[in-house]
Amino acid sequence: MTKGILNKINLMWVAIIVVLYLLLSYMMAAGIINSYYKITLFNMCINIMLAVSLNLVIGICGQFSLGHAGFMCIGAYSAGIITKMMPNYAGLILGILVGFVISTIAALIVSIPTLRLKGDYLAIATLGFSEIIRILVQNMKITNGAAGLSGIPALTTWPLLMLGVVLTIVICSNFTRSAPGRACIAVREDEIAAEAMGINTTKYKVIAFVIGALLASAAGALFACNFYVIKPTQFTFNKSIDILVMVVFGGMGSMTSSVLAAIAIGLLNMVLQNFTDARMIIYGAILVIMMIFKPQGLFGDREISLSKIVDKAKAKKEAN
Amino acid sequence: MSQFLQQIVNGLSLGSIYALIALGYTMVYGIIKLINFAHGDVYMIGAYTAFIVTTYFGFSFFPALITCMVVCGLLGVLIERIAYRPLRHSPRITALITAIGVSYVIEYTTAYFMGSEKRTYPQLLSNASFQLGPIKISTQQIYIFLITIVLMLLLQFIIQKTKMGRAMRAVSTDENAAKLMGINVDNTISFTFLIGSALAGAAGILVGIYYNSINPLMGMVPGLKAFVAAVFGGIGSIPGAMIGGLFIGMAETMVIAYGSSLYRDAIVYAILIIVLIVKPTGLLGKNEREKV
Amino acid sequence: MEPILEVKNLTRNFGGLAAVSNVSMQIMPGELIGLIGPNGAGKTTLFNLLTGVYEPSEGLIEMQVDGKPKQIGGMKPYKITNLGVARTFQNIRLFKSMTVLENVEVAMQRNIQYGTMSAILRLPKFYSEERWIKEKAIEYLKDVGLYQKRNELATNLPYGEQRRLEIARALAIQPKILYLDEPAAGMNPQETADLTKLIHEIREKYHLTIILIEHDMSLVMNICERIYVLDYGKMIANGNPEEIKNNEFVIKAYLGEEI
Repeated sequence: MTKGILNKINLMWVAIIVVLYLLLSYMMAAGIINSYYKITLFNMCINIMLAVSLNLVIGICGQFSLGHAGFMCIGAYSAGIITKMMPNYAGLILGILVGFVISTIAALIVSIPTLRLKGDYLAIATLGFSEIIRILVQNMKITNGAAGLSGIPALTTWPLLMLGVVLTIVICSNFTRSAPGRACIAVREDEIAAEAMGINTTKYKVIAFVIGALLASAAGALFACNFYVIKPTQFTFNKSIDILVMVVFGGMGSMTSSVLAAIAIGLLNMVLQNFTDARMIIYGAILVIMMIFKPQGLFGDREISLSKIVDKAKAKKEAN
Repeated sequence: MSQFLQQIVNGLSLGSIYALIALGYTMVYGIIKLINFAHGDVYMIGAYTAFIVTTYFGFSFFPALITCMVVCGLLGVLIERIAYRPLRHSPRITALITAIGVSYVIEYTTAYFMGSEKRTYPQLLSNASFQLGPIKISTQQIYIFLITIVLMLLLQFIIQKTKMGRAMRAVSTDENAAKLMGINVDNTISFTFLIGSALAGAAGILVGIYYNSINPLMGMVPGLKAFVAAVFGGIGSIPGAMIGGLFIGMAETMVIAYGSSLYRDAIVYAILIIVLIVKPTGLLGKNEREKV
Repeated sequence: MEPILEVKNLTRNFGGLAAVSNVSMQIMPGELIGLIGPNGAGKTTLFNLLTGVYEPSEGLIEMQVDGKPKQIGGMKPYKITNLGVARTFQNIRLFKSMTVLENVEVAMQRNIQYGTMSAILRLPKFYSEERWIKEKAIEYLKDVGLYQKRNELATNLPYGEQRRLEIARALAIQPKILYLDEPAAGMNPQETADLTKLIHEIREKYHLTIILIEHDMSLVMNICERIYVLDYGKMIANGNPEEIKNNEFVIKAYLGEEI
């Protein structure tokens, strides 16, 4: 089966993605997905990117980060500032790249010292760090302080979002199913044993953390160029929790679950959009109830795996 | 110089409030190793309880204070029963996520019933102030000091001299051994939540008076700061929480006075990160090692 | 011949207590050493010092690396592992949610050349190395007789097989020195006999130097060529099984227990 990158399974995935893309494009063109639903769809795409990348850090590597919004904030402001000066795709690409550079630096500064910390301490340290990022943004001239940036060119288009989502999932799942990914899972399962296997645990934690930060930053850039306006208050601790809810709701450690959860919560948000308080109460209750009754999440750590489906179909054929 | 002394007085009163909240964090962490994220919201409920009983029922300060402490204490016990007890032996992260969930539920339930807008606090204590040499001290600040000191002495007494206090110390040292010695662990943990949350309730009414305004999300940031205070002092250590609270209050006041008030929150997070990197066990904390 | 491992006056204090106190050992390449002592004598602490989990308070640990003695005391565990040191754990520490095969693959991390970028971009390097690793890992599983169970989750294996998987995982590190911490704990006599056979086999096949902690005296006396005895953190005796059986300090330490 592992015949290199052009194996049957990968080609099937490509076909599925193309069909899905064309189908949604057609539905938008035909007005089945009207402009109101389109906003929800775009939001879902950005949330999928955020949830899948946070899942890499929390679910795969077991490092409980509460600072995802900080990296999203960096990406959003980098893209926002640069595209305002260069309102074209070159500007967006440059903005994303600048976001990558700043996020990587920030991620290294946070992760190298704090990833030594265990579980809950790490959570608080990352939370603190992301709040520091937000406070800095809130007080800088170039970011226009608390008022935020407005008039960001609307460069985020549907093909671009689809590309972002697909790349995020491919990067995270390829990473997970590789030697560095296995090392990360080993760190999650048992840090002491992982180290006894010759794994430099800090190195792999940092790698997972940086990849997560980069993808969150890219999602932030698409977010900025989608909504025209960004403000520091959009990137508070609450945003990190929103993303966390998706990861936990779906099931930590499974990319499929994060995607499904981001879609489900996107729909829930749409239905409850006029009931902000009720929505937040439901979020909170979901977290509590999930943890007590189904801590592995709604879908657990299962993944949709075409190779398994194909294997099963083959086995069935042979049995007949 | 006189301005500096004035800032110390201001820092001490803010710090006393943080210390009261930090005590709850540290006691709960000491006994069940949980960062009770909802603790800041318990204190918010304290502020709202006082707001309601004074505005609608005409309570004066001391009856309101007692009511706050009782309501919050019971709320703490309730939270522990419903949300944390089923998870006592789950991974710490599971419990932490639950705590975040509880925090959301409390915040937005309050917002749902009381509205999410800011409320102006009734004036419960006179805001007269005394000139002590170059320093100005308000009646409110004196109340805050005195109440904090009395509550802390009371807490020390409970922990050191009473049977329940002894049980608390025993459970936090070794839950299983305590159980074998006939201590009712469930009740002891409930009692810890009761005391910790009652202190947060007292902090709630004091903050309402001090800042003169409350809102449903007011618990989050001071809650986090109090947590930082607990970490600074060494989480699990009661004197540590007091020292940590005063230190954080002082640091914040000094940044406002001599730096920029825009960075008053950032300084606290920076302290947190420095402490976690330099001495994660805090000033008075104990080391824990994982058994291999 | 130079010793492969030399421990000189090793001490580790916890608070005021010396868990390991002034311990010295000399281990020659290819030896099979037993480390025994009453509960709480400091055996596992000594392993933890040798594998880098704890830092020594005093003393040196020298390992023969590329023909020269190298001081490894206080180095990080993963660095020590990468010099060719593997261990198993007393309280089994498998990667529970991984399959049996993946557990072994994790241990082969240090043989992998391709980096994160090649993994994400799925470069040809990735596919060829992954194929090689899988073949190699299967070989180790066959050594310990777990090939049939390669796709099961580690956590679903019965106890005895979990211990065997820990050994396969340690072998995948391709160590020169292998530390086994109570490999026979909780095993029935049949399993213990199989384990004894396994230890002999892997030692021959991979030219290992093995040091094992064990409470099962028949196992220790049976297979170890030389035995060190720890009591209250101190090394009280060392010699061949016959000498140890008749050593008065050892008899006193075990106080009436049958050796």
